[in-house]
Order: sequence, then C-alpha cells, then structure tokens
Amino acid sequence: MQAMSVQRKKIHPHKYSLWIAMGSISMMFIGFTSAYVVKRAQANWLAFELPHIFWISTAVILVSSGTIQMAVKQFKERNMRRYKQLITITALLGVVFAACQCFGFAQMSNHGLPLSGPVSASFIYVIVGVHMLHVLGGVVALLIMFARAYRTRVRVYSPVPIEVASLYWHFVDALWIYLLIFLSIAR
Amino acid sequence: MSNDATLHSHQQELTHGAVAHDDHGNGHEHHHEDSFISKYVFSMDHKMIAKQFLITGIIWAIIGAGFSVIFRLQLAFPDTAFPWLETILGHWAKGGRITPEAYYALVTMHGTILVFFVLTAGLSGTFSNLLIPLQVGARDMASPFMNMLSYWFFFLASMVMMASLFVQTGPASGGWTAYPPLSALGDASIGSRIGMDLWLTSMALFVVSQLLGGLNYISTILNMRTKGMSMTRMPLPIWSFFFTAVLGVLSFPVLLSGFILLLFDRHAGTSFYLSELFVAGKALSNEGGSAILYQHLFWFLGHPEVYIIILPAMGMVSEVLAVNSRKPIFGYLAMVGSLFAIAILAFLVWAHHMFVTGLNPFLGAFFVLLTLLIAVPSAIKVFNWITTIWKGNIRFTPGALFSIGFVSTFISGGLTGIWLGNSSIDIHLHDTYFVIAHFHIVMGVSAFFGMFAGIYHWFPKMYSRYMNNTLGYIHFWITLVGAYCIFWPMHYEGMAGMPRRYYDYSSWESFKQFVELNKFISIVVVAVFATQLLFVFNFFYSIFKGRKLTTTNPWNATTLEWTTPIHPGHGNWPGEIPEVHRWPYDYSKDGKDFIPQTVPVSPDESKH
Repeated sequence: MQAMSVQRKKIHPHKYSLWIAMGSISMMFIGFTSAYVVKRAQANWLAFELPHIFWISTAVILVSSGTIQMAVKQFKERNMRRYKQLITITALLGVVFAACQCFGFAQMSNHGLPLSGPVSASFIYVIVGVHMLHVLGGVVALLIMFARAYRTRVRVYSPVPIEVASLYWHFVDALWIYLLIFLSIAR
Repeated sequence: MSNDATLHSHQQELTHGAVAHDDHGNGHEHHHEDSFISKYVFSMDHKMIAKQFLITGIIWAIIGAGFSVIFRLQLAFPDTAFPWLETILGHWAKGGRITPEAYYALVTMHGTILVFFVLTAGLSGTFSNLLIPLQVGARDMASPFMNMLSYWFFFLASMVMMASLFVQTGPASGGWTAYPPLSALGDASIGSRIGMDLWLTSMALFVVSQLLGGLNYISTILNMRTKGMSMTRMPLPIWSFFFTAVLGVLSFPVLLSGFILLLFDRHAGTSFYLSELFVAGKALSNEGGSAILYQHLFWFLGHPEVYIIILPAMGMVSEVLAVNSRKPIFGYLAMVGSLFAIAILAFLVWAHHMFVTGLNPFLGAFFVLLTLLIAVPSAIKVFNWITTIWKGNIRFTPGALFSIGFVSTFISGGLTGIWLGNSSIDIHLHDTYFVIAHFHIVMGVSAFFGMFAGIYHWFPKMYSRYMNNTLGYIHFWITLVGAYCIFWPMHYEGMAGMPRRYYDYSSWESFKQFVELNKFISIVVVAVFATQLLFVFNFFYSIFKGRKLTTTNPWNATTLEWTTPIHPGHGNWPGEIPEVHRWPYDYSKDGKDFIPQTVPVSPDESKH
C-alpha cells in the first residue's frame, strides 16, 4: 500500500475540481449578465417587474440549502434514515424550485412578455432557464446519491460525494441570489 | 472515518490495474489484464487518452489542411477546371470548379477544424494529458473518468462536425467566427441551415470536452504533485498547460453563453443579435438586436483562444530547447511570469478584433495599449529562448529544429501583431490578407512547430520507439521554408488592400497584379501539404516499425517522465513515485552533463 500513500493530498481532488467548475459556471453567467448590461444600455429597452413567484422560489432554494447541510451532518453521524429523508426533501425542493420558475415563465408569457417578445424578457427566460437546468443537474446528482444509499452490497462511508453535492447545491443557491439581485436592480 | 482513509481508497481506484492490491486476500502481485476495449477504446489511462487526442487531431489536420489545398487551387487557378474535384466533391464542384458556396464552406471549416479540433484539442489535449501526470509525478489525472469523458465529448463533437460536412446543404459557411446575422438566419445562405445547427451542436460538445479536460489539468497540477515537486520545480510545459487550462475554463463558458443566445435567435424567435432585417425582400419581425453583442461574447473567448493554442507550444519549446542545448533554461521565473502576464492580458484585449465595428475610439485606445503590452512578455520569452540556446551544445534533433523554427516564426508573426494592434493601422488592414499572414504565422505555423517539436521529442515516451530522423529533417526544412513562402507574400497582398474570403480576385482591377503571386503561394501549399503527409507516414510507420528504445532516458533529460519504464503501465511507476529534490533544468552543472530531478542535492554542489 505504501506505493500509493506517497502521493500527497491537501484537499480532495473532486472537491477541488468542483471549485474550478464553479468558477467556470460563474463565467458563463457573467457572460450572460454582461450581455444583458450591454444590451440594456442600448435603445428600446423595455423594463418590467419580475414575476412575484421568483420570491417564493428564492425561499424554496434557501430552505433546500439548509436541508442538504443537515443531510451532510446526518451522513457523517451515520444516521442513514434521516440522511435519506433529508436528501429526498432537498431533491423535492429542487423540483419545486424549477416548477416555480416555470410558473414564473407562464406568468410572464400571459402578461404579453413571451420568449420571442422584447429582448429584456428573452434574457430572463434564457438566464433563469439555464440556471434552472443547473439546479436540475443537482437534483439528478441527489437521485444518484439516493440510489447509492439504498445499495446493500456496497456501502459508502466516504462523505466526499455528499460534501461535493452539497457544495454544488449551495453554489447554485448563491448563484440564484446573485441573479435575482442583478435582475431586480438592473431592470 | 478519517479523511486519510478516504483518500486512500480513492488512490486505489486511481492505480487500479497497476499496483498490487492488498485487499484481495491472496497477497501476491496481482495485475488486472485490460481488455481491448478498456485498454484502447474507453481507456482511463492518461497516456492512452493522449494518443487518442493526438491521432484524432492528426486525422482532423489532414482534412482541415486538405480543405485549404482545395480553396487555394481556386484562388490560384480561378479559370481552370480540375475534373477530379468533381469526383470527390460532386455538385459542390460542378465541371471541376468549386462553387462559391463550396468555397465559403471550405474556408469556414478550415478555420474551425484547425483552430478548435487540431490546435486546441489535438495540441493541448495530447500533451496536457501525456505530460502533466508524468512530469509532476502522479499516477494519473485527478479524475481519470472525467478525463476519459473529455476525450469522448471531443469525439462526439468530431462526429457531429464530420456529419455536417455531408449534409445536402453543406456545412456552416459564414466564417469560423459564426457572426450573426449570417449564422442566425437559416435563410441567409445555404450554409446557415442545418449545417450551422450541427456546427453549434458540435461546438457546444467541444466546450464541454474542454471544460472537463481543463478542470482535470488544473486540479492535477495543483493537487497531485509528488513529494518535493514544489510549483517552482515544475518543468515549464506544466506551467504552460496550467495557464492554458485556466484560460480555457474561464473563457469557453462565455462562448457557450454566446452560442446559447444564438440558438435562441435561430429557433425561438428572440432578437438578441437580430435587428431590423430584410431577407429576400421580406421584412423580419426581429427588432432591436445587436450583432456586435455576439462579437463581444465571441472574442472574449476568441482572443484567449489564440493563447490557448500558443501557450502549450511555448512551454514544450522551452523544455525541448533546454534539453537539446544542454543548458538550463534562461530565466525560469521570468518564463513563468511572462506566461502569467500573457494569461492575464489575454482577457483584456478582445476588442482589438472589433476596431472597425464602430467601437468608441476612446475605448479603442485602451485596447490598443493593452494589446501592445503583450509584446513585453512575448519579447521576454523570445529573449530567453535565444539566450537558452546561446553558446549551448546544441543537438539538432528534429524536435530541437522545430523548436528553433518556432522561435523564428513566433518573432516574424508576432511583430506584425504590433502593427495590427494599433487601431489606426488596423482600420486599413482589417480583414485583409495581412491579418491572414499575421495569425497564420504567429499562431498557426508556430503552434504546429511546437506540436511537431513535442511529437518528435516525446514520441519515444508515447510509443517506446523513435521516429525516423531523416524524414524528420526533410519535414522540417520544407515546412519552414514553405511556411514563409506561403505567408510572407500575403503581407504585401494585405498592404495593397486585398480582402480575405473573396472567391475570385482575378476580376478585380486592383488585385490582378497578384494573380501570379497567388499561383506561387498555392503551388507551395501543395508541396507543404505533401510534406505533412510524409510526416503522417513517418508517425504511423514509426509506431510499428520505428527504431526501438533501449534506454529509459533517450535524451538525457532531467524530468520525471524519463524515470518511468520504457513501457510504462497504467500508474506510470512500478514502485513508489520518485521524490523530487531539485528544479528540472540542471544541465551542464558542476561538470556533469545533467542531474535528474530525483537526485538529492549534494552538500558540495554549487548554487544556481
């Protein structure tokens, strides 16, 4: 075994990769929001209020950040039943969040702001939509964690996967807060 | 549950198949035999993935360069029919002359293939994969699985792009930059139809591949270095791959957001890039979009992209020059610092591609200043390469020759960058052959030279055989002389105002003077292309029949990759990973020809 333990490690490589990936995803949204700023400075920009349901979805995703943090704690204490409950709740909250965003899109569409309408509306659909896909990606990751927790043949004791998942979840949460503040101020 | 044990089990995964596992219960040395599929196809060994990137890149290079041969024939002989063209291109070359649509498709695909598929994936994909674990002393990448996915996303992107070459309306043909409105309106040209959709799909897959690869490169370099391998003891190629990966990870996502908005404009009726337009006499419903917005998003990637292409070449050239002149690299920290400076400046100069878009001249002045600043780190690097080989005991291997050729083309192509970086001159030279000459020499030819240097130098590590030297020398001299013969005259054409991307210059009074010059260029293109085929032959022939490697360290180099066995397995070192005690450039020190990094510093040794 000594052949392998000479490799020095500070932070788990998967976590490290996730930090870099978060930088990368941030750049994508910086790209979107810069495009938004540039476009907003040009003529014929139509300002409108964001759908109110976005505030509900904000509450939902904030709560889900709490539940996944509790899930990590329960996993480390090997309370597997509580852990499974908590990641299920988190994944469900993720789906509710996505549903709220879709509902928001429907509201906008009903108020004469369809996707192909004014460019200020199109931006909301694209930016919020791409963020929603990132949340759903997190939901898929949680489903995999869930399936793993039910495996009987192989038991997982490493907390790294759930830590990675929770870090990502907090990230998409923070990203949403940034987007919400940005889209509310720069209307 | 200690964290140590977690990491431990992870390492076991990493070294799967290469090291004895003590949890099998039988205790003896145990090797997993890889099946054909897991060894050659869905391999997680970074060395095999490197080869996959390289060979896919070579195939793309032949196609991309072949396209340039075909459109150069059109430029040189606009009135001559080549019946064989109709044989291979069908209705795209009716009567043996390629159609204007085919010409634009060929030009576009030549750019896309060479920039992204060959010089990005083929170059940094190959050598980052091969060299990072070997030179920092790691058994494999941080995540071998993601590394495998990176190749297979590239493969998927390749397949989609390849498919787009065969659709009835042809591949994308609005230029490799895919500017709207040509790229946003399906009715704008036949290349804007399904070909453009496939182009965007392929590029999105390509971005995913680059991100997966880049994440791994960064995390491996920062986390998986062996004992003693501090950052300042890393060989220069590793530094260059590191900055390349950082550039890619931060700029490719912005390109992706630009593409996403473009896809919405194409298919969902949005108006991000489209404003009041008439197509075939009919007014479109789009209003208020800005085509310039796309250019900003595109060039925010596009400019770092040229450094993504050139930085790995710079790093490998530094290494090959030091090894083959038996001298330490001159100014190691200055080399690292200039790579860093180039990486930072790469993000701050994108609008110099857009001086003619109506950019505010006041804003333009800043971009001119920042662009010209890049000359400083570039000049530092050139100076250091020259002082590295100065009074060296140079071994003129093909790798060394290509490295010296790299320095030559980087200087002559880089100097014209100072012209183009000035907005006042650029307004005259924009979109002329001067630009073509500039970027082909500084980024196309130079990057290829760096890549060739890397292939000749590390071929023994990849395939445990040498490439043929004589063919290598023929390859080098014809390519060097040919590259200058092709691109030098283009400067004159550009200064005379000859625009790029025209189908036929012979009908223009101002450019008739260049008819013979264009013929000359095209004939050289054919010769140089044939020489590259010679290289490809040498490459594949040497894989199977090349002279066999008999020593682990054929170039007497100091770096870790030459401490692995001649045929390294998955895991690279059969025993422990060697420990590093010194920097990688102890050549001709204290009367010794070279001191490997693994040798401890002796007390009576002189300081650097």
